[in-house]
Amino acid sequence: MTDTLNAKNHSIEKYLRQDRMPHIWCSGCGIGPAVSCFLRAIDRAEIDPNKIALVSGIGCTGRVAGYVKLDSFHTTHGRAIPFATGLKLAKPELKAVVFSGDGDLVAIGGNHLIHAARRNIDMTVICVNNFNYGMTGGQVGPTSPLEARTTTTPYGNFEPPFNLPYLASASGASYVARWTVLHLRELERAITEAMIKPGFSFIDVIAPCPPIYGRMNKMPLPMDSMHYYQEKTIIRHGADPKEADITLNGPILAGTFVDIERPTFQDQLNHISSKVNAQV
Amino acid sequence: MTLWRQPFDAAEKATKPGQIHIDKERCKGCDFCVDFCPTEALRMSVELSSKGYNFAVVDDESKCLACGFCELICPEFAITVSIPLDNNVA
Repeated sequence: MTDTLNAKNHSIEKYLRQDRMPHIWCSGCGIGPAVSCFLRAIDRAEIDPNKIALVSGIGCTGRVAGYVKLDSFHTTHGRAIPFATGLKLAKPELKAVVFSGDGDLVAIGGNHLIHAARRNIDMTVICVNNFNYGMTGGQVGPTSPLEARTTTTPYGNFEPPFNLPYLASASGASYVARWTVLHLRELERAITEAMIKPGFSFIDVIAPCPPIYGRMNKMPLPMDSMHYYQEKTIIRHGADPKEADITLNGPILAGTFVDIERPTFQDQLNHISSKVNAQV
Repeated sequence: MTLWRQPFDAAEKATKPGQIHIDKERCKGCDFCVDFCPTEALRMSVELSSKGYNFAVVDDESKCLACGFCELICPEFAITVSIPLDNNVA
């Protein structure tokens, strides 16, 4: 029966700000399923929701902080990871989750991403990757594939894009995965694993952007991107992230690429400070 | 294939049809739930919602197996799938 939503039944409705709904994202946006998976993963990981700090930057994905009923923080452009680092250092018992887009995390915040991964700070970074700057009208970004048409590259993009799983794993992240918003059960499990994992975990979520990126690249309907993911995704766990390059209309390599143990920033800090205290 | 004998717990383990609730004022008509429903229990409406979108409606609720994929994939958080409690079993 088509009827109004029974808020008590919906498992994630308790984590959403009802008064902010419906959200501003376009029809067929991939951020919604990613948020849905994240909110389910909180219950699945059995983390106290009061101990989660959700930090997001600027952009469409930056709006996530305003829509969830967790302790959330909407920060300046590209600085979501520094704010989360500060939160984590001041209150190490908090679970810092950074939820932001590719234009925010990898373009202006690229430096912060690689250094947080190098230090292995205990946080989960969920990067919703839609290959362009969606909110400002679809400009070319650092993840736009070669030859992709955007509003600023109408004849095709000529800059080679970042390979995000390779970037994160080379910088030293302890958990790196990539899923599309069609692989929702896997994405939910990956976010759960990433939140439980101590250390820097990075999840690249490939998401459609139908009215902006899709319209310029012959995928104008929301279903076009989803069918592309369905046909072209190759799931290969433990694959070398070097091979996870994305080309225009090419295959998408998905799976858990890196899952290693490394001492976190807090561990190293405690180790050095205990050594210093022993000498004094 | 016809079984000449039913398992003892066949009635207990049988898949119970789910109940789909769709908030038509949240739906923006992206078609994800309709296209990816494994049992084709949903369809798009002909009429428009107050914001001018065709919204998803339940076509045949008896087909729903409560897998919950529509609930998960809905970008608008508009779908809830519940399994009605059967008082006779408990």
